[in-house]
Amino acid sequence: MPLSYTIAVIAIPLLMFFFLGLAGVKMDKKLTGVLGVIGMLITTVIAYGVALTYFFGSDQGQVADGVRQAVVVFNPDWLSFTKTLVVRMGIMLDPIAAMMLIVITTVSLMVHLYSLGYMCDHHGHAEKGFQRYYAFLALFTFSMLGLVVATNLFQIFIFFEMVGLSSYLLIGFYYQSPAAVHASKKAFIVTRLADLFFLLGIMILSYYTGTFDFDQLVFGPNGANSLEVAQSAIATGGGATFLGCSVMAWALTFIFIGGAGKSAMYPLHIWLPDAMEGPTPVSALIHAATMVVAGVFLVARLFPLYVIEQGAMEIICVVGAFTAFYAAAIACVQSDIKRALAFSTVSQIAFMMTSLAVSSADGGLIEIHGGHGLGFMASMFHLFTHAMFKALLFLCAGAIIHAVHSNENSKMHGLHKYMPITSIAFLIGCLAIAGIPPFAGFWSKDEILVACYAKGTGWGIWMSMVAGMTAFYMFRIYFLIFHWKKHEVHTEHAPSDQPWTMTLPLIILATISIVAGFVPAHDLVTWDGKELHTQLNWTVAGSSVLIACIGIGLAFKMYYKENELPDKLQARFSGLWEAAYRRFYMDELYQFITHKVIFQGICKPIAKFDRGIIDGFFNLLASVTGSAAYGIRRLQNGSIQSYVYVYLVGALALAVITMVCVLI
Amino acid sequence: MESVGNLILYFVVALVIIVCSVLTVTTRQILRSATYLLFVLFATAVIYFQMDYAFLGAVQIAVYAGGIVVLFVFAILLTHQPGKDAQRIESSRRILGAVAALLGVAVCGYGLFSYANFCHRQLAEVSDMSIETIGHWLLSTEKFGYLLPFEAVSVLLLACIIGGVVIARRR
Amino acid sequence: MNLTLLMYLVPSLVMFGCGVYGFLTRKNMIAIMISLELMLNSVDINFVVFNRYLFPGQMDGMFFTLFAIAIAAAETALALAIIINVFRVARKVDINELTKLKF
Repeated sequence: MPLSYTIAVIAIPLLMFFFLGLAGVKMDKKLTGVLGVIGMLITTVIAYGVALTYFFGSDQGQVADGVRQAVVVFNPDWLSFTKTLVVRMGIMLDPIAAMMLIVITTVSLMVHLYSLGYMCDHHGHAEKGFQRYYAFLALFTFSMLGLVVATNLFQIFIFFEMVGLSSYLLIGFYYQSPAAVHASKKAFIVTRLADLFFLLGIMILSYYTGTFDFDQLVFGPNGANSLEVAQSAIATGGGATFLGCSVMAWALTFIFIGGAGKSAMYPLHIWLPDAMEGPTPVSALIHAATMVVAGVFLVARLFPLYVIEQGAMEIICVVGAFTAFYAAAIACVQSDIKRALAFSTVSQIAFMMTSLAVSSADGGLIEIHGGHGLGFMASMFHLFTHAMFKALLFLCAGAIIHAVHSNENSKMHGLHKYMPITSIAFLIGCLAIAGIPPFAGFWSKDEILVACYAKGTGWGIWMSMVAGMTAFYMFRIYFLIFHWKKHEVHTEHAPSDQPWTMTLPLIILATISIVAGFVPAHDLVTWDGKELHTQLNWTVAGSSVLIACIGIGLAFKMYYKENELPDKLQARFSGLWEAAYRRFYMDELYQFITHKVIFQGICKPIAKFDRGIIDGFFNLLASVTGSAAYGIRRLQNGSIQSYVYVYLVGALALAVITMVCVLI
Repeated sequence: MESVGNLILYFVVALVIIVCSVLTVTTRQILRSATYLLFVLFATAVIYFQMDYAFLGAVQIAVYAGGIVVLFVFAILLTHQPGKDAQRIESSRRILGAVAALLGVAVCGYGLFSYANFCHRQLAEVSDMSIETIGHWLLSTEKFGYLLPFEAVSVLLLACIIGGVVIARRR
Repeated sequence: MNLTLLMYLVPSLVMFGCGVYGFLTRKNMIAIMISLELMLNSVDINFVVFNRYLFPGQMDGMFFTLFAIAIAAAETALALAIIINVFRVARKVDINELTKLKF
């Protein structure tokens, strides 16, 4: 399949968006859903064809000298402001873009199919706004695909905004619920704030390098995977410094902040848990698998630049490692299943970020040239596997919520008997995320831990600990939902496995979660396009499996059967538990800063100045003019006789004056 | 010296003008007001005749007395029930109007009596006042000819006819 | 005793004063029109006597009077048409009561 077919991968979702959005209202609801699924299926098939051609097709000439080339399929000028300032819109395929095509289309197809069942009530009637939902899903898919194949920073920024927009629209899908509206606003504002920094970073970077295009910025002028251009670009800006750091470090840090906003890195993570107010399939697609990894993708895209700027890498490393622990700690105590999964997502994305950041530290530039891109590969690999098993977990959660009509795990308990397929799928997802071989998560997480140990033993131990916490909190959720005690049937219908449209995606994703670890990622997805020869580091692998087993065992002990232990521990560490449950008061802190400091302290005086002084001045002008006019108006009373009086007085006065003058 | 007849005629005319003018604006019956106006206009026509402007006097009688006053009478009869007096004008309004009018008359009269030397001229002989001369000058394009105003007035009268039709037409 | 210019101007002046008084005090629109005619007429007399006494050889004053009469006739006809029309709509001719279009 020719690589130029990628254009169809982008175009079909866009067309589906316009078609479903405009014509969907007139159509049957189910029909729009089926059309959406069919469109997505075609997109997925083409995307697989393109990606597999890119990776394995030998006749395309994208592998030269053992280096996998980035292929710019087409790249026309879009906005040409001046000769040098040209913004292009195009399609570029490289290993991570091709991999992302597979991830996005797979998860999106699963979610499209799943939503056919999920977005209906128990009688099988589609919900209000069903067509709108599918139109927005198509819009999101289009934006995300456009983001990953972008050829330049400007294009990636545009699609960054568009995924933010579609995320906003889908979080606020239930616009009648105030919580959903607040959550969508929060997500939009926080990510917009981060995108402001992203834009700043783009401007600084392109000002000093003179280009937006990745193939010049990252890959070198001939499409060759050379660092010289990047180095010269850094050197150009290297002369200028600001607050002691080079301009490039600032630019790259700003771009990372943009990515951190989308990827929910601490302290910009606050929007993601609230975003769970949206429909659960949306959470699976956008807030677990695809959009939230856009930040990771962004850093990966500019990875060669970050490699040179170690300062920015250090920041990413620290932020990532802290976020991973922080989110895992919160996830251990959440009672809302979707919130717990959301914090798990934050933690896992932080894993990817950390992995990207540590990969540069194992020996600096020269060794990177020599092929040390393990962290990069591990990060991308984990992105791939995580998308699959986290989507699976979210879709399972959706099935459970659909069955018991609640997000709280206190309403669930003991569902294993009623929903066996969901239970097994969820278990597979948990095993995968916990890192038990041979499930997918084991392979990718193992590579990440190896990369962390390569940076430093401290980093490695820290991340291993977080991995253990991951195993613990995932199995805590699993046991609380499916075991713990007998299920109390509240509603007249006993919960059961959902219709095939919802179950089939679970089975498919569970299968992928089992086998995805055997994808030869180290041959395919490396930062410099060369094959990376790794082998299992048995020390790290063994210890991580051991830690995961300890976590699972602890969860088993505490939560498999109903017992007093969790309550006792909660009572014992009530302060810590409360703080973790309230997410370490980050939301309250933001609330304080925005409302008390910014709104009350800064905005209110400014508003008062604006209303009082600026508006007041013009109101004064207007009122003076108005009252003067009102006064003068009385003179024009329409009575001709009073006019004649005035006229007479004037005429007589003139006559008198004339006579007096003559007299004198 | 003027002829006695002329003098008597003048005093009669002046008396009629003054008395009837005052009555025109003071009577409370509008129809009477129009009738007094008619007398004033007739007296004015007499003045024109005395000035040897026979044509003008004829026009005055024909147009003013014959046309305009009849129009007034029509309008009055269309808008008023006969025999019904108008309301008495409130005294403050009357006094104010009277003061204003008297003030004007006083100022003008003072000016006339104190400054205008030409006011004491005698009537001179006039050479040619025949209707032929008037007609010649009225339709002449030479110097002192009045063809252009004549045409303008005829257009004005046409416009007035059309305007009157448009305004008075029942909608 | 001679008839001087002044002797003709005095009745004219009185007539004009009466016109002013009537115009200012009357409420009936037709009465106002009548007062207006008085004032016009007094001006006509002035034109004629000035012309006759001061410039006996010319006749500009007479022509002015002629045209003034024509215009007065036109103006009166139109004004009365308007008054009748207003009366048809509002059933009254007093200017003080016609306040429907006032702000």
